[in-house]
Amino acid sequence: MRKYVLRFLALGYLLAVLLGPLSMVFFRAFDKGVDPLWKTLSDPNTVHAFKLTLIIALIAVPLNAIFGVVCALAIVRRRFPGAGIVNAIVDLPLAISPVVVGLSLFLLYGRTGWFGPWFARHGMQILFALPSMVIATIFVSLPFVAREVVPTLREIGDEQEQAARTLGATNWQTFWRITLPSIRWAVVYGVVLTTARCLGEYGAVAVVSGNIEGKTQTATLRVQDAYENFNQSGAYGISLVLAAISVVVLVTMTLLRPKEEQAL
Amino acid sequence: MTSFLSVIVILPIAALVWASQKNGLGQFWSVATSPEALAALKLTLGAAAIVSLVSALFGTITAWVLVRDEFPGKSIVNAVIDLPFALPTIVAGLTLLALYGPQSPLGIDVSLTRKAIVLALLFVTLPFVVRTVQPVLLELDLEAEEAARALGASEFRVFRSIVLPNILPGILSGVALAFARAVGEIGALVLIAGNTPFKTEVASVFVFLHIQGGDQAGASAVAVVMLAISFALLLAIGGLRFLATRHERA
Repeated sequence: MRKYVLRFLALGYLLAVLLGPLSMVFFRAFDKGVDPLWKTLSDPNTVHAFKLTLIIALIAVPLNAIFGVVCALAIVRRRFPGAGIVNAIVDLPLAISPVVVGLSLFLLYGRTGWFGPWFARHGMQILFALPSMVIATIFVSLPFVAREVVPTLREIGDEQEQAARTLGATNWQTFWRITLPSIRWAVVYGVVLTTARCLGEYGAVAVVSGNIEGKTQTATLRVQDAYENFNQSGAYGISLVLAAISVVVLVTMTLLRPKEEQAL
Repeated sequence: MTSFLSVIVILPIAALVWASQKNGLGQFWSVATSPEALAALKLTLGAAAIVSLVSALFGTITAWVLVRDEFPGKSIVNAVIDLPFALPTIVAGLTLLALYGPQSPLGIDVSLTRKAIVLALLFVTLPFVVRTVQPVLLELDLEAEEAARALGASEFRVFRSIVLPNILPGILSGVALAFARAVGEIGALVLIAGNTPFKTEVASVFVFLHIQGGDQAGASAVAVVMLAISFALLLAIGGLRFLATRHERA
């Protein structure tokens, strides 16, 4: 009896908060038929928004993947000074509001900021342009790879690495032939999470981008824009595409998880 | 690598802290405690507290069901838990509007109220407690519970004296993560909450609207208060992790 009550509570909660609302997006997107939906999705500004989101992710994800692996190695193997501080700082973006991140960059690169005037003199536009949007996205998605790789690195230990070194392998060879193959699923898992975060970022990018249609408007900003301009089916249409990407991410995560456990 | 970290994370935060006290601490204090800022901060902390409690309760129940119960489709339910991590938050807000907004098929419209804020925050924080409690429950030895039952302990007694002490650090670190997320969330809220000052304007929205309105001093002051809350929560999470691993270190 108790078992069924708990099962009912857990599934009911999931249905009310998560699955119920989510399934509605599908119906709302096709509310007024396929035509208005297609009109929004094929709008040049929508296409541009998706392209921009993709470009930002293509820059931010590889940088964060490399940083995450290096960072995890520093934290676990503690080969260089300051590893403890790195460990503390790398989790910061998980606890800090994206809006606070946006404001910080705004203050750093704005007209009266520390670096703003210097970049302005050299004719470089940071704020309300791609560079600040990329930096904001890197900030918010910084910890994911490191957090996935750290436990795996701890788990595998460093005996094989030591053996490789005893046999005369260079640090580089040891990394490519021993370390990377054993953490590869953790890296992939972290990259999947990072990609999801990059594609879905709203708060930090909303502050630094200026949200200029066809220029600095990303897909998530476009959703808000469409909704506030009474283009509901458009907003739900773009959301449907983003939600579909999330489902792909989720399926990838689920498929990767058992493999990750096998690797341990 | 340290320089990457400095440029991306430390410098911007330093710029924020610097900007907030540029006009003196007195000025900072009077801006941060202005009626509108105080109302936003109070609402944020209140909503985050409610969300933490609900999330702790239902997160623990969900983790329990996922570990100890068997039913068809369990692996799908387990996968779905992570959806709020994968879904853009602005889409999360829109999905809630579809079911609990003005055109709700259920006839429930919470949009533009504080209930909407709690609902949106419950959505985005759903995985935290489940994912911190689940691994602990999986590791938990069933023998201690069986022994307690054999000695005549009631189910409630078994839970309170054996299960709960073991999963409590997990629940608390999940709650701390959920609380931090709830304090900082904006994407899920902008479309559904209405963002009316003194009524449905949370701290992150306050900061956002004041940046757009050109009030950098006001935005910075509230942002620094939020930053302080984040640091306090990170310390708490670090402390909990320390407590949770005390047996392994001893």
